[in-house]
Amino acid sequence: MENLSVDIPLAGGVLHPVRDVSFTVEAGRTLAIVGESGCGKSLTSLAIMELLPKSATRTADRLDFAGQSLLRLSEGEMADIRGDRMAMIFQDPMTSLNPAYTIGNQLEEALLRHRRVSRREARDRAVFLLEKVGITAAESRLGQYPHQLSGGLRQRVMIAMGLMCGPKLIIADEPTTALDVTIQAQILLLLAELQKEFGMALILITHDLGVVARVADRVAVMYAGQIVETGTAEEVFRHPTHPYTRGLLECIPIPGKTEPGAHLGSIPGIVPALVGDLHGCSFRERCELAHDACSKPRIVPVRELGQRRGYRCVLSPQEMASEIREAGVG
Amino acid sequence: MSAQPADGVAVPALETVDVRKTYHVGGGMFRARRALHAVTGVSLRVSHGSVLGLVGESGCGKTTLAKMLLGLETPTGGEIRVLGEAVATSDRRRMARRVQPVFQDPYSSLNPRKTISSIISLPLRVHGLGDRAEVARRVADIMELVGLPKRLASVYPNQLSGGQRQRVAVARALIMRPEVVICDEPTSALDVSVQAQILNLLQDLRAELGLTYIVISHNLAVVEHIATEVAVMYLGRIVEQTDTRTLFKAPRHPYTRALLASVLTPEPGLGVPDTHLGTAFPNPVDPPPGCTFHPRCAEVMDVCPKQAPRPVDVDGAKVECHLYG
Repeated sequence: MENLSVDIPLAGGVLHPVRDVSFTVEAGRTLAIVGESGCGKSLTSLAIMELLPKSATRTADRLDFAGQSLLRLSEGEMADIRGDRMAMIFQDPMTSLNPAYTIGNQLEEALLRHRRVSRREARDRAVFLLEKVGITAAESRLGQYPHQLSGGLRQRVMIAMGLMCGPKLIIADEPTTALDVTIQAQILLLLAELQKEFGMALILITHDLGVVARVADRVAVMYAGQIVETGTAEEVFRHPTHPYTRGLLECIPIPGKTEPGAHLGSIPGIVPALVGDLHGCSFRERCELAHDACSKPRIVPVRELGQRRGYRCVLSPQEMASEIREAGVG
Repeated sequence: MSAQPADGVAVPALETVDVRKTYHVGGGMFRARRALHAVTGVSLRVSHGSVLGLVGESGCGKTTLAKMLLGLETPTGGEIRVLGEAVATSDRRRMARRVQPVFQDPYSSLNPRKTISSIISLPLRVHGLGDRAEVARRVADIMELVGLPKRLASVYPNQLSGGQRQRVAVARALIMRPEVVICDEPTSALDVSVQAQILNLLQDLRAELGLTYIVISHNLAVVEHIATEVAVMYLGRIVEQTDTRTLFKAPRHPYTRALLASVLTPEPGLGVPDTHLGTAFPNPVDPPPGCTFHPRCAEVMDVCPKQAPRPVDVDGAKVECHLYG
């Protein structure tokens, strides 16, 4: 995917919630998109799936999926891919399951829509996957309605539903945010196992840095609609470079590292409005390294730090390195 | 545990003795109503100026316990004492003045049709404290204390960011100058950068005003950071209670260990831990016999399904487990 942008016309001007986002995910790998609320991470995933609200427009230089461009597909062709080779797991299993249909019905629907299979086969596949995601007595669960299941079970059902057609790519939008830590660990473990088994690519969208560090191969940090830093999980967590990434990592108490009761780092200010003509670095108002040059360029360049490792800042790697040394971090 | 404060022993800010709460839930049409034991015998002692972290999975009864501490629910049994005074027999308003809440979601806990200053001053007006000028002065003071700019006094909640809303919730709780503040998931609805600001604020206020907190959270990193003592709840019981350092260094109860193991710290390369907590949280209407944790326990023994464990003292920690019997 190259230079994906989403524009939404509003009464007060055009909103640019996603700007020039580029990334690649290989089969069997996990890319995590991290950022705070409103940074455009969810809209990015909806744009890939072509599920944006009607008023929004999507533009991209390239949007390839398994060697096929998704840019010129008709609604019908896209609907064939969606749920079949590309699936999405939504954040909140309470609202994204239909309360009026049984679990079995909802699981079988995708397979019956995309494949020529009998009800019997669809049912067998549903039972197989429910067992795979660790649901006991799968056969009897098929007749149950979503409200009869707990949050953890519902989330597992969502995952099973995403896997029904054996997709090549799964986009999971905050798959564990609504769950307890114990269940979260189980679900993530399960996702990782299934990914290995089926060779799927996974795009994990989350704001939980703990989840990212443990699950992702590669990380893209998003701020105000742009990717501000990319690299492997190891690189981004061990040597965060962009001031925003560094700020984020200082905000969270880390057991054993942060002094209990000590002051945590915080990022002052708020996310800027992304309406109208935007220029300069969108982080400059909250950045401790901000100076005059930050508001000058229309688009802040991405600085390369090595293969597929970069950050978006006016400071060059040398300048940044000396700033980091001075700040005494990193 | 001594129920009566002896001479020379400080009265705890908050104390509960064998508190219980039982609800009667309908089993559906044509089915008898059944008893749900949400909280089954919780005894806590929170000394003045400390922070008790209350952790556990959803449905373990931590919010029910918090509601009882706030006087929003009446315990079915046991006693709650605030500064040595039994809540059941004292004036409700006087108790409310001493114990105040900060709720989880600042988006739904602030009345959208009231201005910020009227939201913050509501407790004063309910209790009939001070005239108009006095109320206005106290609102201005408290807003400054929690770091809300003056100009926000006349705006509505929808004009505020999540962090600002949570500051309003903190201001509203503190305007009565309470002794104890009960924070139910104070930061879980917030972004990490804002979460850090609110945690810093809570810490500063505690030092400045000598407050006692009870922090309910499922985020163990937050609890370790802010709490001085931790109580782990499972199915309405406290299964382990000790000071924060001991609990995180040497967890005793198998449930505590599993909980701690599931915390994902931002350290790449470690992968996701397997907690072996296989089966889901049990149905609280129909709890397992004996030790209620035994179906999920990695170290289950013959005695566990037969007999409920008694709380025992293990090097200063109070643990309910047969491993230490």
